[in-house]
Amino acid sequence: MTLDLRIPMGLMFTLVGIILVAFGIATKGNTELYARSLGINANLWWGLVLLIFGQAMFHLGRLGQKKMAKLPPEPVDESAPRRGH
Amino acid sequence: MKLTPVDWLIMVLYFVFVLGIGFALKRYMKTSKDFFQAGRALPAWICGLAFISANLGAQEVIGMGASGAKYGLETAHFYGIGAIPAMIFVGIFMMPFYYGSKARSVPEFLRLRFDEKTRALNACSFAVMTVFSSGISMYAMARLIQTLHVFDGLFHAMGRPPEDIFTFSIVLSAIIVLGYIFLGGLTSAIYNEVLQFFLIIAGFLPLVLLGLRNVGGWGGLKATLPVAYMHQWKGVMHSSTNPMGIEIFGLAMGLGFVLGSGYWCTDFLVIQTAMASKDMDSARKVPLIAAVPKMLFPFLVILPGLLAIALPTPHTVETVTRNADGSIVHNIQVVSAQVEQGKGIVPAKINPVTGQPMFTASGQPLLDYDMATPNMLLHYFPTGILGLGLTALLASFMSGMAGNVTAFNTVFTYDLYQSYIHKGASDRHYLAVGRWATVGGILFSIGTAYAVVSFNNIMDTLQLVFSVVNAPLFATFLLGMFWKRATGHGAFTGLIAGTGVALLHHGLTLPIEDRTGIHGGWIGVLHHYPSEMAQNFWGAIFAFSANFLVTVVVSLCTKPRPESELVGLVHSLTPKPPHHHLAWWQRPETLGIAVLIGAIALNIFFA
Repeated sequence: MTLDLRIPMGLMFTLVGIILVAFGIATKGNTELYARSLGINANLWWGLVLLIFGQAMFHLGRLGQKKMAKLPPEPVDESAPRRGH
Repeated sequence: MKLTPVDWLIMVLYFVFVLGIGFALKRYMKTSKDFFQAGRALPAWICGLAFISANLGAQEVIGMGASGAKYGLETAHFYGIGAIPAMIFVGIFMMPFYYGSKARSVPEFLRLRFDEKTRALNACSFAVMTVFSSGISMYAMARLIQTLHVFDGLFHAMGRPPEDIFTFSIVLSAIIVLGYIFLGGLTSAIYNEVLQFFLIIAGFLPLVLLGLRNVGGWGGLKATLPVAYMHQWKGVMHSSTNPMGIEIFGLAMGLGFVLGSGYWCTDFLVIQTAMASKDMDSARKVPLIAAVPKMLFPFLVILPGLLAIALPTPHTVETVTRNADGSIVHNIQVVSAQVEQGKGIVPAKINPVTGQPMFTASGQPLLDYDMATPNMLLHYFPTGILGLGLTALLASFMSGMAGNVTAFNTVFTYDLYQSYIHKGASDRHYLAVGRWATVGGILFSIGTAYAVVSFNNIMDTLQLVFSVVNAPLFATFLLGMFWKRATGHGAFTGLIAGTGVALLHHGLTLPIEDRTGIHGGWIGVLHHYPSEMAQNFWGAIFAFSANFLVTVVVSLCTKPRPESELVGLVHSLTPKPPHHHLAWWQRPETLGIAVLIGAIALNIFFA
């Protein structure tokens, strides 16, 4: 198995989330900046959503990797008859 | 547009990850199978998301927003009729032959099923078209970057003339796409397509949420827009009563049966992601998994267009205020004619020579619908999340480009180089050829992008070539997979006849709003269509029928192949894929039916 995509993807969204949340906190109360997003601190809230999504992906990926490591290597022969059915 | 360091940080972060994934995958690229087919080892969900993401290029994100602004909710037919049924069909019925035949590309499947010349025809036309469409994608991206002034501040700071931005955008995107495909091949392209998929959601979902909140939710949007805009099926029985100017038969047959299936069931650009999955069950599930987000995508890509039209049009306003000391202050907010003549926040088109807004014959301003979605981003996003939105937009352009490039390098290496130029070389050699074909493909795309700039009509000409070549394709695959009597001679002549009829149809008909020339009627005008789309759909129907008939007739006159050679390639001669090892709810058929029910429910809801 190659690289599990969920790990780099989780990392990226976590970082984007952190950047947006930090910027959102720093610009809190800046009504001029958030006038276009209807007074909502879009950076803070959407940053939080992305942060949670990124963390979920990252940990799912790690979990999957651990599971893969525990499993015995899969038989390569595809023509082998399936067992149990 | 003013970008701050936060916006740049997010954009740079994305590029770092895109290239980083390519570097991380480099060590897994040992054989040509790893490079061109992702080792046939990817899980179904990744391939499924890449399956729609490969199609989620610029033409999709910008074009569907534009179409939403122009035609309203009827645009969703491109999803409900034009994509979902075809995706279910390819997953349930066609994937067993693509995946099971062990063909490495769609043209190679044609060689296994028919013969060498059919493959050569398909491989050549496909290779040329992928390079062209990747070039168009590149051109569109560079133009958009210019229009939105993304790099203007950067160029100003570096003291470079703004004319160089076009070249800079093209070179930058070319280097990034080349970098990650050269390193990690199809796996890298697929991984990045999935990344782009989530990024597009991350960038566009807040846009739709903010827009809907602003106009007062779904009800508010309905109250602002004309009735026909908000119904998918209203007036579809006759071409004069719906915004697109197409009636139900042309829509269902042309878009749903011929064009939709022709794209989703035969285009190697999307099929390659399904063929990269780890086993037959996964391969069959790939298009079905893709269909689930595809059903919901209208909300993400069409709705911004509708919202852009629904917003109030900005006008020049003059406010007079009296200061405490008694002086009178005139505050004039000037809005350019381009914006004022527009509708909502969709600006009018500007005549490049006079700099004035352009008007139609009836005095209505011509609108630049392609700006609907980008303008929505600028309208609602404060700096910070604006960087995310722009990154999503750039990601969608690159996603479309990358899919074309990997499809090109596979078809070039396996179907042209290995088959006709250099047979029987080592696997290492083909791996190297594939890498260099990637470079060549990108160089040709750059050439195309510049050709589009220099020649006025080249975009229309290319669109015409695509439609003429693609329209008849589906008949060949349908007959090949489901009629064992179809022969190679039949398929070859059928394809040529279909393309010929498509060309003839185009030369003899004209959309009502156009003059004879590149839009049709260059032989003589026999028939006027109410819209360009109607002409396009009907052209596809004629091309498909011609291909179907000619293939059948020629096949019946030529010698059939022995049935023993067609096992695994034709439906009636192939044992059904075993899936009793899967519980009923895990089977592709169950997923297919669930998707179909979901699509019908959505259509009824928005009828």
